[in-house]
Amino acid sequence: MEMAHPLRGEVVKLYKNLLYLGREYPKGADYFREKLKKAFMKNRDVKDPEKIKELIERGEFVIKELEALYFLKKYRAMKQRYYEDDKDR
Amino acid sequence: MALRALVGVKRVIDYAVKIRVKPDKTGVVTDGVKHSMNPFCEIAVEEAVRLKEKKIVSEIIVVSCGPQQCQETIRTALAMGADRGIHVDVSGKDYESLGPFQVSKILAALAKKENVNLVLLGKQAIDDDCNQTGQMTAAVLDWPQGTFASEVKVEGEKLKVVREIDGGLETISIKLPAVVTADLRLNEPRYATLPNIMKAKKKKIETVKPEDLGITLTSRVQILSVEEPPQRQAGLKVETTEDLVTKLKEVGRI
Repeated sequence: MEMAHPLRGEVVKLYKNLLYLGREYPKGADYFREKLKKAFMKNRDVKDPEKIKELIERGEFVIKELEALYFLKKYRAMKQRYYEDDKDR
Repeated sequence: MALRALVGVKRVIDYAVKIRVKPDKTGVVTDGVKHSMNPFCEIAVEEAVRLKEKKIVSEIIVVSCGPQQCQETIRTALAMGADRGIHVDVSGKDYESLGPFQVSKILAALAKKENVNLVLLGKQAIDDDCNQTGQMTAAVLDWPQGTFASEVKVEGEKLKVVREIDGGLETISIKLPAVVTADLRLNEPRYATLPNIMKAKKKKIETVKPEDLGITLTSRVQILSVEEPPQRQAGLKVETTEDLVTKLKEVGRI
């Protein structure tokens, strides 16, 4: 049997963290999970550690983007509900 | 002087959920509805964590009043960087009638018990929109208050608080110990990530009853009726400018 790839743990961790974030995705957790799985499966055959690291970095970038998206969505909702008269919306 | 901070967090129906009123008009549907931390409480937690990162605050104690599920809200605050949690167990009828008056007495008692010198709260909760808990807590403790804070600076034994007021900002200086309530622009709260939620499971959450703090939860407020806001009327399309003018005249807008 083939040995597990040394970066396997990191990839699984990234997947779990993204899956957790996906629970709040505006289009729904199911939609997100499907997309997420597809994105990971597309790269299942990548073996080069450098390339895998690059992909992990991209995943971490997506995490930051999602966090920013959720923050902005909530901030805008609060602003619209509680600060209606503000001109700098 | 290192400060000890008590941060109150409220578990509310998530801001993105469409609220439904119960048919008997006694309240809103909460069963099976997604809950999360009140957004203004997140801002209060974030401010405490930032003060701790600047070594101004030595310990952050986060407290939530309500049923068992409040521990999830406390856990979120712990994941953001608070040190330990206190869950004040209130359920059933007591929880239904729990309001700012009762919560402020609990927070004041805990502030004394835990010997804190800064109480940080959200300016209001997005469920009942009371905007009273911070003010009442300051009153019960007889401490100064800095409400609607959009900037907080510790200057020795004093706090400089920039407050959001109608049409502008007001800067005040208040003596510590004090109560501060967070407004929307105070900071951008960090996200409670999965790894941090997992790490937070090692942090302690103590459960206490209001009686343990010598507090009775009798309420003098009776909710008579909870109703939906009026439905927005459907719009109308017009073909020409003349039609538009006629319609506007019909509805008395011009």
